[in-house]
Order: sequence, then C-alpha cells, then structure tokens
Amino acid sequence: MGKLYDRLSEDVRFVEGLKACLNCGTCTAICPAAEFYNYQPRQLVDILQTHDDDAIEALLKSETIWYCGECMSCVTRCPRGNAPGLLITVLRATSQDLGYFVESEKGRQQLAIKRTVGEWILKFGYCLFPSEILPEMHPEQGPIWEWEHEHLEEVMQRLGANYKKAGPGILRKIPDEDLAEIRKIFDETGGTERYQKIEDYSKQKAVEMGIHLDNGMNNDYIHKIYTTNNNNHGRKE
Amino acid sequence: MNIEGKRRVWKDYQKEIAGDNFFYVRSCVRQNFFPGSEKTFLRILKEELHKDIFENAAHTTCSGIGYHSDIVPFETTMTIVARQFALMTESGYENFATSCITSFGLYTEILETWHHFPEVEERIRKHLKNATGREFSKPKNLSHASDIIFKFRKEIAAVGKYRLINHYTGKPLRAVEHIGCHYSRMFPSKGIGGAEYPYVLIGMIEDWGGEVIDYPERRHCCGFGFRQYLIQANRGYSLSCSKKKFDSMAPYKPDFILTNCPGCPMFLDRWQYTISEMEGITYGENGHGIPVLTYEELAGMILGYDPWDLGLQVHQVPVEPLLDKMGIPYNADSKFLNKEGASMGKPKAPSFLKFY
Repeated sequence: MGKLYDRLSEDVRFVEGLKACLNCGTCTAICPAAEFYNYQPRQLVDILQTHDDDAIEALLKSETIWYCGECMSCVTRCPRGNAPGLLITVLRATSQDLGYFVESEKGRQQLAIKRTVGEWILKFGYCLFPSEILPEMHPEQGPIWEWEHEHLEEVMQRLGANYKKAGPGILRKIPDEDLAEIRKIFDETGGTERYQKIEDYSKQKAVEMGIHLDNGMNNDYIHKIYTTNNNNHGRKE
Repeated sequence: MNIEGKRRVWKDYQKEIAGDNFFYVRSCVRQNFFPGSEKTFLRILKEELHKDIFENAAHTTCSGIGYHSDIVPFETTMTIVARQFALMTESGYENFATSCITSFGLYTEILETWHHFPEVEERIRKHLKNATGREFSKPKNLSHASDIIFKFRKEIAAVGKYRLINHYTGKPLRAVEHIGCHYSRMFPSKGIGGAEYPYVLIGMIEDWGGEVIDYPERRHCCGFGFRQYLIQANRGYSLSCSKKKFDSMAPYKPDFILTNCPGCPMFLDRWQYTISEMEGITYGENGHGIPVLTYEELAGMILGYDPWDLGLQVHQVPVEPLLDKMGIPYNADSKFLNKEGASMGKPKAPSFLKFY
C-alpha cells in the first residue's frame, strides 16, 4: 500500500498540488468539467488522500482522469491551496507511463493526440500547422476554414505570414538544425520514451480489441478513438 | 463595495510590464488562425510606439498544447522553454514577451517551479546543455502581449482615429471581455488585476471609449480544454462551455467580445457558427453573430488600419456590423482578394448565421 502514491509524489507538481483537502467541494462547484462530465475533482483529491494503491490504480485506469480540461479554475478557488488540475497532469502522465490509459475510452484517445499534435511538434516545430488541420476532421471550423484551407498559401501571404519560408515570421519554416535540437530534447528528457509508450500500449490494445491499427491516421483504431463516444460520460443528475 | 470602489482597488493591483527591448515568441494557435493579429502587434510596437522588439527565427513552439493534452512530459516542456530562454539570452535580451496565454501560463509555472524547487532548474539546465549545448539566463521581465498593449493603451488612444462609440447613437459600445484561463488563474499576481478582476482588457475597452458588460458567466472557460477540443468525440464539452457563455451574455446585447487568449477568439467565433447550424440560434442582431476580436485587432481598428490587413476577413462571424457602428470605412469587394488584388473566390455562406 502506498507505492503508487509514492511514485506520484516524486513529481513536484503532485507535491505542489496536494496539501490537505477539507472536502469543501469548491473545486467541483467551479469546475467546467464537473458541469459536463460525471466528474468531481473533490472526489479525486479525496481518493488520492487515502494513499490506497488499489483505489489509485483504479483511478489511473478510469475515464475519470481524462475529463478535466486543465483550465485550472480550481486552483484559484481552493481555500487550502490545492491544485486538482495539476494533480490531473501527474495522474495522466503516470497512466500513460504504466500503460493504464488504454483501459478507458477517453484514455485511448491519447494515441490520436500523439499522432497529430505530438508529431507536428517534431515535424514542423509548431503544435498546430494549418495544412494538417483538415476541414473534414473539423466541421466546426465552418466554411471560412474550408476556404482558407483551399487557398492557404495565398491567404497566409495576404495576412503577412512567412508561410513555410526561411527567416523570422508567422509560420516560417523552422530550420532543420533547430528541429533537430527539439528532437534531442525529447530524447534527453523522456519525451521520445513517452511517445513510444503511447504507441506500444495502443498497439497491444488494438490487437486485444481486434481492431486494425497501422502507423498512419487512416485506420479503424484511430477512427474509433477519435470519433467514438459511448454517451456514458455525462453528469449523473 | 460599489463599482467605483472595485475599480480603484483593482486598478492598483497591477504587475510590472517592461517598456521596451522585447524578445518576442509566437503562438501556435494565433499563427494558424489569426496571423493578422501577430502582424498587427509588431506593427503597433514598431511603427506607432517605436519600440525595439526582436524575433529569433530559431524559436519554436513551447509545446504547451502537447503538454496540456498530456502527451509531452513536464521535463521535456521545461527544457524546450529553457531553450527559448537561451535564445533570448544569446540575442542579448532580458524582457520576454509572449504572444500566447498557454505559453505565458507555462513560462510562469516553470519559473515558479524553479523558484520553489531549485534542483529542478539545475536538472533542466543540464538537460539543455546535454541536448543542445546551450545555456540561459532567466528573463528579468515576463509579459504577455496583451499586457504590453494594455501598458500603451493611452498612447494608442491618443493617436487613434476611431473610438468605441456608436457612430449612430453617440453612446459607448458595449463589450464582453474574456480572459484566457492561463493568464492568471494559477498565479493571480502575474496578471493585471489578478484572477478575480482582471483589468487587462477592461483598461483597453474603457480607455478606447467603450463600456464593459458584467454578466453571470463572465469568468467561465471558453471550453478549449485541450484534449476536449482536439478529439472530435470530446467536442461537446468545448461547445457546451461556450454556449453557456453566449446564453448568459446575449441578454446584455454586447456589440463585440474582446479576448486575450489565442484559443478563445477562435472558439467563441467558430462555436457561434456551430450552434447556428445545430440549433438555428444566432446571438447578434438581425441574424448576425457577436463579433469576436483579439486585442490587436481592436487596437488596429482604433488606429484606423485597413480591416483586411488586420485579418478580419478570416472570422466566421463577420465583423462588419461593428465596423459600421464605429464608422470605420471598408471595401467589401476587396475582402477576399489576395495580396496581388486577385480573387480567391468566396467562402460558402452558413445556413443561418448572416455572412454576406
């Protein structure tokens, strides 16, 4: 008992985020996620306070830890200086490092984020890149984005971007030597290892679920994790 | 406490903002969706305020969206941020100015972490040295771009051609201001006015002639939620947060929404379209939406810049009703032309939201 708690406590964000919860529920009252999902940050902090490994393992495998939007509204309001939003970042990191994330529908979505935002950071040096933000994956972006996407180079030029070109400026081509430094930072600090774990555990899970997963974005597993909602996540009245 | 008293208290609750010699780092979201805003920020600082602001082409994303969607470890993000600081140091600057609120929150969080856990800073310095050979000094001043526009808001008003006054009625235009969550929720002392009464956008609106609306869901998140938007299956969360805000602000009939976060203007703009398609609801006057602006777009309008140089043509909710109210002239025929003046065609009209 307590090994998982000890592991979590090695992260400075956990130390900063969990002092002593008095269960007042202010965090839950202010939380946008608690209003939408079956989620209570108060309950989450209460479970952590027990130091109970079985309960913490169940949490790491649950849908619960994936509901938070990391807006950090809870941090402003907690009268004891706890930060449930910060604890979430540690729980999610641990869930991925131990492979528990694939046990929940929301957790499995991490592969789709890794293969989009995660790869764009390494490929382009930006978290987002306009040529990759496909209108068919983003119908909410509306006809304006369809139009922009169709005329991307001209629109970016009109708005003063230095799109895909050398030198400073908006959406410039980040030099290869600088992208190489980012990749070295990933290797040095555990970023590459995190990406690999997300890939490896997801591939194992895809085999277990009998759903096709290859190395790209156009396969059944990615489609399923990107679009499926079992409609059982909502707040229980 | 009456409103005047509140204003006095929170106007004093300010932070130190450098006045010149800025090292500028860009925002991933803004470069993609509101490139005109970053262009305008640099134009205002250089051409109107005659400030020194420098961009090093070697800088990259801070990895903030990856960090807050939990695929990038904190250790990695801290080291990428350390690299940005190294580029600042190598370029001979000490005042760090960031375009993005997610980045601003992260830079603040990381500097605070290093302050409380010096051993972490030492570890990150070693990581950076091992990976890149670089070393860094920490910034003497960390400001968000909206802090800097706030600092110079009176100078902008003094040379401005337009004010936030309704051209037809002579009354102040009514604005909803929306502050990005990571501006001051975690570290209230790092934002002007703190987390309770953030004054950064209010100061601009009031000094440019407008009136600020107080409404029940004023401080609710726009709903980005990182993974809650990035994954299609989760977007109901994101949409619901924005809808809650629109429903709450609509009775106060705002003329526009002003934001200081990269994501918020995009979501508050696009979700109005989505809600109109899903439910046929529009929140502005006569089938229009409520125009959503970045602070640079608004500053550029006050200064009389061409609306299409500001990038107002890439808003899904048209800004023309606000331009009309402010008496700002514009050429509707040139809205969708390229740099050479040739047509790029036109976006399709939404089903309900008035676009043309």
